[in-house]
Amino acid sequence: MNIRRILIANRGEIAARIIRTCRALGIETVLAASEADVDSVPARLADSVSVIGPPPSALSYLDPAAVVAAAVAAKVDAIHPGYGFLSENAALARACREAGIIFIGPTEEQLGNIGDKLRARALAISAGLPVVPGGAIDTLEDAHRLVEEIGCPILVKAVGGGGGRGMKLIEDPAQTKHTVELAMAEADAAFKDPRVYIERYVARGRHVEVQLLGDGTQVIHLGDRDCSIQRRYQKMVEEAPAPLLAENLRTKMHDAAVAFGAAMGYRGLGTVEFLVDVERGEFYFLEMNARIQVEHPVTEAITGLDLVAEQISVAEGRPLRMTQDDVRFSGHAVEYRINAEDCRADFRPSPGTVAVAVFPAGTGIRVDSHIEAGSAVPPYYDSLLAKIIVHGDDRAEALARARVALANCRLEGVQTNLAMHRALLDDAEFQTGGVDTAYFKRFWARGEV
Amino acid sequence: MNLTHEDVQEILRLLDSSSYDALHIETANFTLSLHRAAGGWTQETQTAARRAQPAAQPQIKTAVAPKAEAEPLEAGVVALHPPLPGTFYRAPKPGAAPFVEVGSKVEPDTVVCIIETMKLMNSVPAGLRGTVVEVCAENAEFVDQDRMIMKLRVEGA
Repeated sequence: MNIRRILIANRGEIAARIIRTCRALGIETVLAASEADVDSVPARLADSVSVIGPPPSALSYLDPAAVVAAAVAAKVDAIHPGYGFLSENAALARACREAGIIFIGPTEEQLGNIGDKLRARALAISAGLPVVPGGAIDTLEDAHRLVEEIGCPILVKAVGGGGGRGMKLIEDPAQTKHTVELAMAEADAAFKDPRVYIERYVARGRHVEVQLLGDGTQVIHLGDRDCSIQRRYQKMVEEAPAPLLAENLRTKMHDAAVAFGAAMGYRGLGTVEFLVDVERGEFYFLEMNARIQVEHPVTEAITGLDLVAEQISVAEGRPLRMTQDDVRFSGHAVEYRINAEDCRADFRPSPGTVAVAVFPAGTGIRVDSHIEAGSAVPPYYDSLLAKIIVHGDDRAEALARARVALANCRLEGVQTNLAMHRALLDDAEFQTGGVDTAYFKRFWARGEV
Repeated sequence: MNLTHEDVQEILRLLDSSSYDALHIETANFTLSLHRAAGGWTQETQTAARRAQPAAQPQIKTAVAPKAEAEPLEAGVVALHPPLPGTFYRAPKPGAAPFVEVGSKVEPDTVVCIIETMKLMNSVPAGLRGTVVEVCAENAEFVDQDRMIMKLRVEGA
């Protein structure tokens, strides 16, 4: 069927981004907005606005019932969930099906499989993808056997932990007994769950992901992105293609991602995330994201595609409009996330009202934003203000454009991380490219901002 | 109708080869200002507000508790305000015991609550040695920076 009217269940720059493509396709847009966002730029751009609840996300953007009720009332054909919020929520996909509305995303079953990390890992293994070597340990004998098999250094992780908490390093097999016992005791004390598991420790890792597009039958890849520049697991800068990656490794990752998507007959836009072990020259499946990503514009820049348009086409039930051979890559793109956080004050969030919003423009420069002079930056949501995307024939040209673009960006009224991005551009390690995920911490410790 | 990114690129291509340094386009619902800048261009946009506001009118804050500033604090008692506007949480996670109760002894670095701002959890320290006299904000309430969230009695005061 042809989609004529879409409800956008999101806010911020991605809502504005989706509206832009809908407008180009002649699709009417209804923005589902919280009370904090009724006068936002996306609300001004949309054909109509439906207020779905009070400002806190839990009562608005994270409430599937409120979103579906708004979609039914507005008589839309489809819901675009953007990223974050309900974008990977199987309950929303189910509620859409029950209401006879298209959910622009994968199937409920796919959302369920991808959302459960253990199930996704099992699927990856059965599709022949490499995963970080490791496993659960119930006894000390298990631990000794796995340490022997995998080789040191090894991480002991608490099942109940996460985000870096409850981890211990074994550098020498002789430490196994002591470390595992200590880890179990600490896990019990901290998480009331003594279970631990073992994983190979990747000393130097890069976060490289592969963009997939599927129609439920055919799955193709749209190249890779490097997202290794992160602070506390938050991506700050992304590039496409991943710089200084061995071409045979790159090809293997593309093939692995496609194999994973094909094994489940993936439908829609999705991203397979890999950890690249720099020292061993290997890669491991981490997880899949079943939605459009924040960093999708770098892929658009090097492929010339509009990924939102492709999502909509697949959601309309059409087969892919291109084959793998039709996908051509051109040049290099880098995206900078400009956030309302004060990089001179430990990245403290800075909600408020934007007084001045001057963005760069010109050849090879794209800005995705929902911010203009006078825009509110509410304290309820994430701090992303704008994405500056630069594209050049090669990485050097892209970075030269980034230098001009970042210099010509001026935001006042809220504090930002612009100074950090400018300093990053001057850093020799970043200029060389191909940094690991620990790079940002090293760079920041040098105190160049 | 707003201009697309492609439209702006097209305009800039024309401007690049011209002697103009600025362009200002204004329509009923949109303005775009382009200025020549060091090595490139800058853009500023302004999208007009909707003529008809959406049906449900916004109440800007959901649970705005009455401000307790009227009554003066007794000697030796100080008000604790959030470092940022955000959501006030008394416990590290749902179901967990609160960081402090009325009567709890605190040190300057004792965490007394969490303020969630822009999806970041910010631990708030007491900032002084003393005792919690009153918890003024409700758990999960949105608090502005001028809101008194707790009263603390300074030790020795």
